[in-house]
Amino acid sequence: MKGADAPGDAGGAKAAGRPAEATRAAVRRGGGPGDPGRPGLRRGLRSLRDRLRSGRLGALPVVVSLLVTWIVFQSLNHNFLSPRNLSDICVDIVGPGLVAVGIVFVLLLGEVDLSVGSVSGLTAAIFAVMYVNHGVPEWLAIVSALLTGAAIGSLQGFLFARVGVPAFVVTLAGLLAWNGLMLYVLGASGTIDLGNHGLVAELSGRYLHSAVLAYGLAALGTGIYFVMTYRDNRARTRAGMAALPMWEIAERTAGIAVPSFAAAWVLEDFRGVPLALLVFLAFVVGLDFVLRRTTYGRRILAIGGDAEAARRSGINVVWTRVSAFAMSGTLAAIGGLFLTSRVASVGQTSGSTTLLINAIAAAIIGGVSLFGGRGTTWSALLGILVIQSIASGMVLIGLQTAVQYMVTGGVLLGAVILDSLSRRSQKVHGRA
Amino acid sequence: MSGAPVLALHGICKRFGAVQALTDIELEIHAGQVVALVGDNGAGKSTLLKAITGVGPADAGVIEWRGRPVRIQRPRDAQELGIAGVYQDLALCENLDVVGNLFLGHEITRAGVLDEIAMERRALELEPLAILAKHPPSVRVPVATLSAGQRQSVAIGRAILSRPELLVLDEPTAALGIEQTAQFLDLIDRLRDRGTAIMLISHNLGDVKAVADQAAVLRHGRNNGFFDVPSTTHEQIVSSITGATDNAVTQRTTKPWEDML
Repeated sequence: MKGADAPGDAGGAKAAGRPAEATRAAVRRGGGPGDPGRPGLRRGLRSLRDRLRSGRLGALPVVVSLLVTWIVFQSLNHNFLSPRNLSDICVDIVGPGLVAVGIVFVLLLGEVDLSVGSVSGLTAAIFAVMYVNHGVPEWLAIVSALLTGAAIGSLQGFLFARVGVPAFVVTLAGLLAWNGLMLYVLGASGTIDLGNHGLVAELSGRYLHSAVLAYGLAALGTGIYFVMTYRDNRARTRAGMAALPMWEIAERTAGIAVPSFAAAWVLEDFRGVPLALLVFLAFVVGLDFVLRRTTYGRRILAIGGDAEAARRSGINVVWTRVSAFAMSGTLAAIGGLFLTSRVASVGQTSGSTTLLINAIAAAIIGGVSLFGGRGTTWSALLGILVIQSIASGMVLIGLQTAVQYMVTGGVLLGAVILDSLSRRSQKVHGRA
Repeated sequence: MSGAPVLALHGICKRFGAVQALTDIELEIHAGQVVALVGDNGAGKSTLLKAITGVGPADAGVIEWRGRPVRIQRPRDAQELGIAGVYQDLALCENLDVVGNLFLGHEITRAGVLDEIAMERRALELEPLAILAKHPPSVRVPVATLSAGQRQSVAIGRAILSRPELLVLDEPTAALGIEQTAQFLDLIDRLRDRGTAIMLISHNLGDVKAVADQAAVLRHGRNNGFFDVPSTTHEQIVSSITGATDNAVTQRTTKPWEDML
C-alpha cells in the first residue's frame, strides 16, 4: 500500500464522494478505450488501491493470512511446507471444508446454522449403524445419511422461514438435539469402527498417483477458466459491451494456473492427488457456479441483500430459505462422511462443536459476510485452508490445542473485524 | 376507453391491527389511461398500491382484471397478470448490480444458466437508464454505489422491463431532478400511448396535472372523489385532499377557485 500512494491522483480518492467512485468504477469496467496507453501494472495497483480504500477486499485478506500462516510455520519448522504435510492438510480440509461450503449458503442469506456439527455427527452415526451394525448395503446407508441431513436442514429451514423462529435459536436447539440423537443412535457401544473396506473408507485413503492426471487436471482447470472467460469476453465485445482488457484475463488466468500447478507438483511429490480433495474441489466449483450463474444462486444472494426487495420481485423467499438450510444439512452429512472416512470410525465425539466452529470460522475468514449477500464457496476453501494450516502447524511445532484454539480464535476475530470495517468503509464510499 | 377496465377495485379493505387503513375502496383504470392517486400522508395510497401488487394483499373486496375477478395474494400473482410496480422505498437489492436488480425474479437464462450478456444488452436498451441517469453508470456496479436518482431510474427501469399492462408508481419522481422529472413524464406519456394503464401516486400536483387523465383522491383510507384532471383546478384537488370541501362553512366562505388564480 505504501508504494501505491503515488502521485497522479493527489487526494482525489479520499475526497471522492460517491459519483466519482461510480464513474471511476465505470471507467475501469469500461476498460481499454478510456485510457489505452496505461501500463497494466500501474493500473492494477491503482485499481487495487481503490478497492482497498472502498472496502471491497475480496479474497485478498484470506490469501494474505494464508501466506503469513505458511511463512510463520515454515520458519518455525521446516517440515511444514513439505509435500507430505501439505498433502495431509489437503485431505484434512475436506470434511470441515464441505461443511463450511454448506454454511456459506446459509450465511449468504444473512443467517447462521449452528447445527451443522451435530448433523454431520448424527448422519455419520446413522451411516455407520446401518452399514456396519445392520449390514445394510453401503450405498443405501450413504443415501440414508444424506437424506437425513437434507431432511434435518429442511425442517430447520421450515421452522425459520415459515414459522418465523430465529434461525439462531432453531439451529441452537438442533445443535443439542441432533447431538443427543447421535448418542442415542450409537447406543451403548459408543464407537463403531469402519474397517478398511468400502467406499467411505476409500474416500480419504485413495490417492491418484499419476503425473499426467495431476498436471492434466491443473491444465484442464486453467484451460477451462481461460476459455470460458475469453469466450464470454468475446461475446461481450461483439455485443458492443464493456469487456475485460486482455491483460486482465491473462492476469486472472495466471492467478488460477499458479496455485493449480503448484498444488499438482506438491501433491505428485508425495502420494498423488487425493481423491477426497478432488471431490471437495468439484463441490466448490460446482456450487460456485450454482451461486453465481444460476437463477437459484441469484435468489439466494438477493435475499441476503434485501429479503423484502426479493419478495417483492416475486421470489419465493420461504422456499429459497428452506432450500439453503437443506443444502447446509446435506453438505454437513457429506462432510461428516469424509470426516468418518478420515478416522475410519464414528464415535461419541464425532460432529463436535469444534467442527461447527471451524466450519463457520472458515467461511467467515474466507470472506463470506456475516451480514449476508456477499461470499462464494471459494471462501470456504480458502478459510478452511487457513484454519487447517494453523492446526497442522501447531501440531508440528508441538503446541497444544489450547494455543491452537486461541490463535484460530484470533484469526476469526480478525476476519469479523475486517468484515465489519470493510462494510463500514463500503457504506462511507456508497457501496453498501 | 371502451370495454372492461384493465383493473377494477370494488370494496377493497385493509386493516393493520386496530388501524383500518383502507375502507371500501372503489377504483377503475383503463388501458392507456393515467390515474393519479392523491391524498394526504397516511391516506392509504401506498397501502392500496401494495394491495394491487400483491405485496400486502387486501383483506376484503374484489379485484377485477379485464372484467374477471382475480385473486392477488402474492407479488407473483400480480406479475403474472401483467402488473409491475415501483415502490416508494424502491425495493432494490443493494448487493446486486444494476442488471441483477433489473432482472430479479425474471432472469433470462440459457440452458438453465443466467445469460448475463442478453440481460446486459436489454438493460442497455432500456429507456429510463439511458435518459434518466445523468451520468449513465456502468450497469455492472452494485446498486449500493448509485445515487438516489440513479436508483430510482433502476427501479423504474425494472418495472417497465416486463412490459406491464398496468404500471403502478409510488412517488416515482421523489429523487429525480427537474430535467429528469420532465423526461420521466415524457416516458409516462409514451407508455400511455402504447396502451399501458398507469397508476401514479404523487405528492407533486404539478406532475399530476402534467400527465394524469384522472385523479382519485383518498382520505383517511376512503375514496374522497374522482376528478377529471384537465378540467379540474389544482385547488379543487387540494381541497379534496385536505378535506376542506367536507366542511359546509369553508365551502360557503371560499371564493370561486377561478378568482384566486
